[in-house]
Amino acid sequence: MNSATALLRRELRLAFRQGGDSLLVVMFFVLVVVLFPLGVGPEPGILARIGGGVIWVAALLAAMLSMDRLFQTDYDDGSLELLVLAPAPLEVLVLAKVAAHWLTTGLPLIIVSPLLALLLNLSPSGYGVLAAALALGTPSLSLIGAIGAALTLGARRGGVLLSLLVLPLFIPALIFGVSAVDAALLDLNSRPPLLILGALLLLALALCPWAAAAAIRQATE
Amino acid sequence: MHSFANPTRFLRLTRALQPWAAGVALVCLAAGLYFSLFASPADYQQSETVRIMYVHVPAAWMAMFCYVAMAAGSASFLIWRHRVADLVAKATAPIGASFTFLALVTGSLWGKPMWGTWWVWDARLTSVLILFFLYLGYMALYNAFDDQARGARAASVLALVGVVNVPIIKFSVDWWNTLHQPASVVRLDGPSIHPSMLTPLLLMAVGYTAFYAWVLFLRVRTEFAAEKIRALRFRQAAVPPARELKSQEG
Amino acid sequence: MAEFFAMNGYAGFVWPAFGLSAVILIGLFVSSLRAMRRTEAELAALKGTDGGENA
Repeated sequence: MNSATALLRRELRLAFRQGGDSLLVVMFFVLVVVLFPLGVGPEPGILARIGGGVIWVAALLAAMLSMDRLFQTDYDDGSLELLVLAPAPLEVLVLAKVAAHWLTTGLPLIIVSPLLALLLNLSPSGYGVLAAALALGTPSLSLIGAIGAALTLGARRGGVLLSLLVLPLFIPALIFGVSAVDAALLDLNSRPPLLILGALLLLALALCPWAAAAAIRQATE
Repeated sequence: MHSFANPTRFLRLTRALQPWAAGVALVCLAAGLYFSLFASPADYQQSETVRIMYVHVPAAWMAMFCYVAMAAGSASFLIWRHRVADLVAKATAPIGASFTFLALVTGSLWGKPMWGTWWVWDARLTSVLILFFLYLGYMALYNAFDDQARGARAASVLALVGVVNVPIIKFSVDWWNTLHQPASVVRLDGPSIHPSMLTPLLLMAVGYTAFYAWVLFLRVRTEFAAEKIRALRFRQAAVPPARELKSQEG
Repeated sequence: MAEFFAMNGYAGFVWPAFGLSAVILIGLFVSSLRAMRRTEAELAALKGTDGGENA
């Protein structure tokens, strides 16, 4: 457990020193969302209809953006092999890295999401549910993405391949995330989709570190 | 079962089984086509479009069957390091992708006259589309590494991760309300489909399965030969030039 | 016969479904067969140049 917290602290410190990553991801997120009113036209009614989906798709793409570097830098400089050989179980270390990834990319997305909801003319009743859905959904994205990042270590055109592998697996989170927001906007009960998002997160928590660790082991073999 | 992990024995087995697979596939597909186009009635609701079922449903079954076969091969490759299992999984992927594509397209051709739309975003169609992407991802990942062994292992892990999708496909029509009709052949209380329609359906299903085995044997033999070619090339590059070899023999 | 091909007005859906299935499955089979013939021929040729020591 100690090594996991140490790893988490190292990752966060690295992210803060380099500083740029979180900001870049948030900028990308905002830019993608801003493209939509320009693309489909600024009509408030249409924007309010598609707003939840647009924010979710932008969040998926933003989460993908930083995903390929999750293990790649450690793989290149050899510290990933040290992690594999460390006495702590690799699954826990993977979880620590994923937690660091989520704190530096997922959390900022949630923080700026109300601002984007405002830009897309979403009714204020949806803000809370949108943030809650993103809070339950984005950790699953980081967890699932970790598998893809571990599988494509050292692959040719790894970044493109990563999106091809991971985006289809993001679809369940997308579906229930959007339906929670839509339910809130239509004054329906948004609890069921939120509960399913929670279930997806628990499932991802149980399975993904294990699969990602297996993928890392075969990569460093 | 582990005795088939011996490549030579496996190769001999495929050579012995190949004519049988070919025979069963040709006979069942010919009979199935006859029954599905001529000797079966039109549905009282769906009219003649019900005939699309005889190519759609077996393709959808095979799409899932191939994925399970691929995942099982990948698992036995990762656990026991059976090279044969990996080659079976690798050879299955393009066949499974073809069946999945067929299931999607024939389903679309069936959906247009029946539901009035080529495509609906319901759970069954979406999860089969994800299955198609999993096949494509598996093949892309397999070929993405300079080191072939790396690609084989990474793709096997991916195949196992994708297994979560299989029960979702199977039960999507029961868990969610959709346009897609629920299972009518594989049910606990027996098939709810008339025998005159069940005959062509089962014939086509057996024919598709035998066809899968037939093509699988061809592809596995190709993979084995390619593997031997790689090994020979490697040796030719490693050993001294041919002239020296001759002098040693002399 | 024309009635059979008309499929009660659904010819545009039934025949493409059967036709596409046939095209894809036959294409898959032919490409697999040709790949096998090509690879096994290449292997035989390679074994020939190798002095036949591992035939």
